[in-house]
Amino acid sequence: MSKGEPNGRLVPYDGTGVHLLAREERSLPRGNIVRIVVILLILAATGVVLYRFPMQLGLDLQGGVHIVLEARQISAAAVTDEVMERAMAIIDRRVNGLGVAEPVIQREGSRRIVVELPGVSDQQQAIDVIGRTAQLEIQDPFGRTVLTGADLADARLGVDRFGRPAVDVQFTPEGAARFAQLTTLYVGQPIPHRLDGELLVAPVVQEPITSGQGQITGSFTHDEARNLAILLKAGSLPVPLDVVEMRNVGPTLGQESIDRSLKAGIAGLVLVVLYMIMFYRLPGLLADIALGVYIMLVLALLAGLHATLTLPGIAGLILSVGMAVDANVIIYERIKDELRSGSKIRGAVRAGFHRAFTAILDANVTTLIAAGVLFWLGTGPIKGFAVTLSLGVLASMLTAIVVTRWLLVAAVEANPKGAARYFGVQEAA
Amino acid sequence: MGQTRFNFMRYGKATLAVSAVLVMLSLLSLGVRGLNLGIDFTGGTLIERQLGRAATADEVRQVLSGADLADLDVAGAVIQPLDNPRDVLIRTRPLSSAEIERVDAALAAAFGGVEVLRTELVGPVIGAELLRRALLAVALASIGILIYVSVRFQFKFAVAAVAALLHDAIIATGVVSVLGVEVNSPFIAAILTVVGYSLNATIVIFDRVRENLQRGKEKSLVELLNRSLNETLARTIHTTATTLLVLVTLFVFGGSTLRDFILVLLVGLTVGTYSSLMVANPLWWLLKEREERARGEANPAPTP
Repeated sequence: MSKGEPNGRLVPYDGTGVHLLAREERSLPRGNIVRIVVILLILAATGVVLYRFPMQLGLDLQGGVHIVLEARQISAAAVTDEVMERAMAIIDRRVNGLGVAEPVIQREGSRRIVVELPGVSDQQQAIDVIGRTAQLEIQDPFGRTVLTGADLADARLGVDRFGRPAVDVQFTPEGAARFAQLTTLYVGQPIPHRLDGELLVAPVVQEPITSGQGQITGSFTHDEARNLAILLKAGSLPVPLDVVEMRNVGPTLGQESIDRSLKAGIAGLVLVVLYMIMFYRLPGLLADIALGVYIMLVLALLAGLHATLTLPGIAGLILSVGMAVDANVIIYERIKDELRSGSKIRGAVRAGFHRAFTAILDANVTTLIAAGVLFWLGTGPIKGFAVTLSLGVLASMLTAIVVTRWLLVAAVEANPKGAARYFGVQEAA
Repeated sequence: MGQTRFNFMRYGKATLAVSAVLVMLSLLSLGVRGLNLGIDFTGGTLIERQLGRAATADEVRQVLSGADLADLDVAGAVIQPLDNPRDVLIRTRPLSSAEIERVDAALAAAFGGVEVLRTELVGPVIGAELLRRALLAVALASIGILIYVSVRFQFKFAVAAVAALLHDAIIATGVVSVLGVEVNSPFIAAILTVVGYSLNATIVIFDRVRENLQRGKEKSLVELLNRSLNETLARTIHTTATTLLVLVTLFVFGGSTLRDFILVLLVGLTVGTYSSLMVANPLWWLLKEREERARGEANPAPTP
């Protein structure tokens, strides 16, 4: 085949620019221009989504505390859905008291609650506040419980008369009545205040208190008093919760993981892009463009769905780049086959995509089945991995089948005579 | 690159035998050496810290064996130095959060400060559950794939594909057992990725076999398989190469957190590519041949 001149040159120049433009338009039909505009629009849309919804990073990347609590079965009292929901509501109130920016509180299975606290680095404080039953009991001198945390209307950080941190409590009307009765009956005697059975303080009643206002004092630090107030105000947990899993990633390690995976991702991507250009020339470059669309699409889907990006998730994402190339490779090899067996380039491209489709579909559906099982059974990071893998598979199919095809058809239309050479195959005469 | 004409199937029985031996050795290693299960599976505490100054594992152990931590029983903890000489990773039995704080205080006192890089605490119940779920995941994925491939192809293809998949999972796990790499929950994700990847390759080749089978040009199954393998060889090479490129860069730049994960993927990818070519196809061939022989014996026996 002759070293074909670019197609436009073959058009006799008749001196009118408008006419020339018309000729060029014929070589790249309107439909193709529309398609390229659609691709650009998709890119723009993904950009907007990524701008509007910043990617949510997992705790392993941004740092924070992840706690899994399990309800302890005590005696016959069943751990029902209602009990679990009540516990979650209470944890939610306590976490808000801590002032965490975007906490996540999720039910997992029938008896577990997952709490994620981004940006929190003091795990001990978090566990103290979240996991304590916080059953307050105010007893008479004989150890009989007269009032519980349920009788409290409010609890807040205050100071005692020596200026030390304390907890100011305000009783409900009913609680206030009983508190008045208690303090009237036992003037001059100690009334123990217990939290989860542990003695906090046993103040001696000086005079009857009828106002419904009280104060819990003790040798509290400022943080301890504040946490106790949070616990009392949020109410007591309906069941004891045990910490069965706790992960805490410091901000330094998180940042390091982000830097490293970013570097690895970019390096891997550059190599793949170069590889495709080296072996497939122009079609390879087109596949690289499709790959760019693919990456934007996956990131936008993740951000738009408020999925959390974790470290295994990033690994899955980077890996899926390798797999996304696969669909293009399958298609290009099919086109080569068609060209070798004597098809013209247009027919070869059409048949190539058509025949590659079943292989791509079946291969991707089987991967989706595996990812689906992983999502269903996995927890935490594994689930994140399954999400990125599934989105990656879907987006790679879409970009390979649609974006690469549009780009390739446009390239072939622009230069039908030379297009077969793109594939390193001589078009049959 | 023109169309290659390798006679893959000539080695089909030999590679099946090699694979059978590798699977057996893997199972043997799993039975004898077992897996170096990390805290995700066994339960325990992982404490990764940056100390105020560089410290050797022995120095750290001295602190852990100190009198004020005696009641915690952490003297026998696994202490692992990291890339940065100030960083240290300590693995112990499950400690409560309050106990971890005491370890931190002791480290801070001995080495002039301590920064939390990572703390993980996994109860034994969670670990056992993870293992159960992992096995269940592989089993369920296998069944799902078996059904899908049976519907889209034939049952024999499905059996061969799933056999190749289990082959990859077992050998990759076996290699991990031999190398003594620590196994944590990302390992499950790695194994399932390997499985998915290998399956991808197998299905692409089977797709070609299915197509060539419908054309019916080839005289024998061996010819048919060889032709299909050669026709898909370029794809096999390019896809494996690009994925390897990505994995190697991840291995180099990804840092210690990802390294074990990537290692499993690298081993699995190699085994997976091999099995897609030289396990799935010969196996399908054996199954198919047996069927044809059975039919050959049954048919030419007309009733008198």
